[in-house]
Amino acid sequence: MKLVLKKIISLIITLFIVSLLAFLAFQIIPGDPTTKLLGTNATPEKVAQLRSQLGLDRPVLIRYMDWLVSFVKGEFGTSYTYNRAVSTLLADKLPVTVLLTVLSFLITAAVSVPIGIWAGSTRNKWVDHVFVILDQVLMAIPPFFFGMVSCFVFGIVLRWFMPGSFISLSESFSGCVSYLILPAVCLALPRIAMTVRMLRSSIQEELTQNYVYTARSRGLSRSGIMRRHILKNAMIPVVTFLAVSAAEIMTGTIIIEQVFTIPGTGRLLVSSIGNRDFPVVQAIIVILAAWIVIVNFTADMLNHWMDPRLRQ
Amino acid sequence: MKIKKNAYFITGGILSALLTILIVVGMFWTPYSTTAMNAKAKMQPPSWSHILGTDNFGRDVFSRVMEGAGTSFVIALLVVLIGCVCGIVIGSLCGYYGGIADMILMHVCDTITAFPAILLALVIISITGGGAYNIVLALGILFIPSFARVVRTQYAGIRDLNYIKSARLMGVSAPRILYAHILPNTLPVLIPAVTIGFNNAVLAEASMSFLGIGIQPPQASLGSMLKDSQNYLNSAPWYALGTGLAVVLLILAFSLLSEGVQQGSRRS
Repeated sequence: MKLVLKKIISLIITLFIVSLLAFLAFQIIPGDPTTKLLGTNATPEKVAQLRSQLGLDRPVLIRYMDWLVSFVKGEFGTSYTYNRAVSTLLADKLPVTVLLTVLSFLITAAVSVPIGIWAGSTRNKWVDHVFVILDQVLMAIPPFFFGMVSCFVFGIVLRWFMPGSFISLSESFSGCVSYLILPAVCLALPRIAMTVRMLRSSIQEELTQNYVYTARSRGLSRSGIMRRHILKNAMIPVVTFLAVSAAEIMTGTIIIEQVFTIPGTGRLLVSSIGNRDFPVVQAIIVILAAWIVIVNFTADMLNHWMDPRLRQ
Repeated sequence: MKIKKNAYFITGGILSALLTILIVVGMFWTPYSTTAMNAKAKMQPPSWSHILGTDNFGRDVFSRVMEGAGTSFVIALLVVLIGCVCGIVIGSLCGYYGGIADMILMHVCDTITAFPAILLALVIISITGGGAYNIVLALGILFIPSFARVVRTQYAGIRDLNYIKSARLMGVSAPRILYAHILPNTLPVLIPAVTIGFNNAVLAEASMSFLGIGIQPPQASLGSMLKDSQNYLNSAPWYALGTGLAVVLLILAFSLLSEGVQQGSRRS
């Protein structure tokens, strides 16, 4: 319990540091936000007035605290280009990205764990080679190229779907999910390859341990040993890796959303970087960073729960 | 370091050698001009005269792939060079001397590597703006922690071995111990780290240029060409397929080579 408390405190400190860095990063941008809002030939009085109105004349740390408080309340500031609150811009875009991430993560876990277990328990030179080659090839294909090829094959040649005709969540949930399946698979493929490889080598390492021989000599069945003894240990590094995957997949959506023209946060982020619309960029980056920190924290907690050695 | 030959090492080696030759040749000579537009030969499918077809301006796709692969290759090399050299310096000092500085620096490294490199690169690029120099700098800095981590672990393991102790007793200077005595022994771990880093750099640059915030036109890299070709997926699919296959081959060649090195050094 004490350890959990310690971890939670360290999580809160990490979130503070990450948010402070994200805040400071966008303070050092060359150029004043007032020139962006008023233009270059504004009078000094007007600039000074706007500066005090925006609170820019106050010390950085106080501005950070203000920003953090309003951020937690869900007020992310106002977009320069759209002249609307960032939170309303994100309201219909964030669910799409989250749905895509969840779908892709579920596909990764549901496919890679059974295959990894099977691959780990078969000892065959040819199976080994097939897995290494598959792994190498799948990791060499960038998800966005996978996306383009599947747009071409399934969209243009086979005409199973129309690339670009996204069905929004409010229109039809099942339609939206079915449009997101292909991008989710593209994001999942390299992660599946890596997870399978990792689980496989993790299981094979456990198979050489003495406790496996002991269990065998006590007359336990192979599948029983696998389920009750080996997997408990072999899954530990894989859980950490899956957490990293969840973070990578969330980042990967930025790119895959461009390929399939999905109106999610990734597309908004890229267009906002192009427009130098910093309130939007900052909000999305902080949300993504917080997500990654929390995912890593969850993996850490899961590991402690699975591995009693860490609890001491 | 002796490497036992194996199928991965040989295939990867031949593929990377071929690609490197093609890229170096592409820096001086390409079958067609990469900039001259030819309205008569717009969007032609692959043929004997244009083996990967032509693009929307009638430029030869194969020639452009040669040039674009060169840009991607040089950027990835520079990124790995920055990351590797700085990583070796930081990692060797941290691993050899230890102490509070080591603890703090490694904690910072772990925090940075917890975030996907592309996300951090996006933050840096959104502040500094795109272009080849900023991409190289941003990715190069972001690649330092992973190298520093790998090198530190090696140095911490080797620093207390007897041959290092005797070298110290013989009065060998610290820089010489660090880089003449220990560094060669980290190679079996460092070389795979370099090839994996190279692949990640190719992928990261391609992703960023694909998003339109990396290499800016008229300069072309494989990523920016893929972004271009996406608009012609319907009318000129060979443009996207040829360029994408070049990215895949470039990454595959070096990861096969790295797999071969790892398997070869494990056995010997």
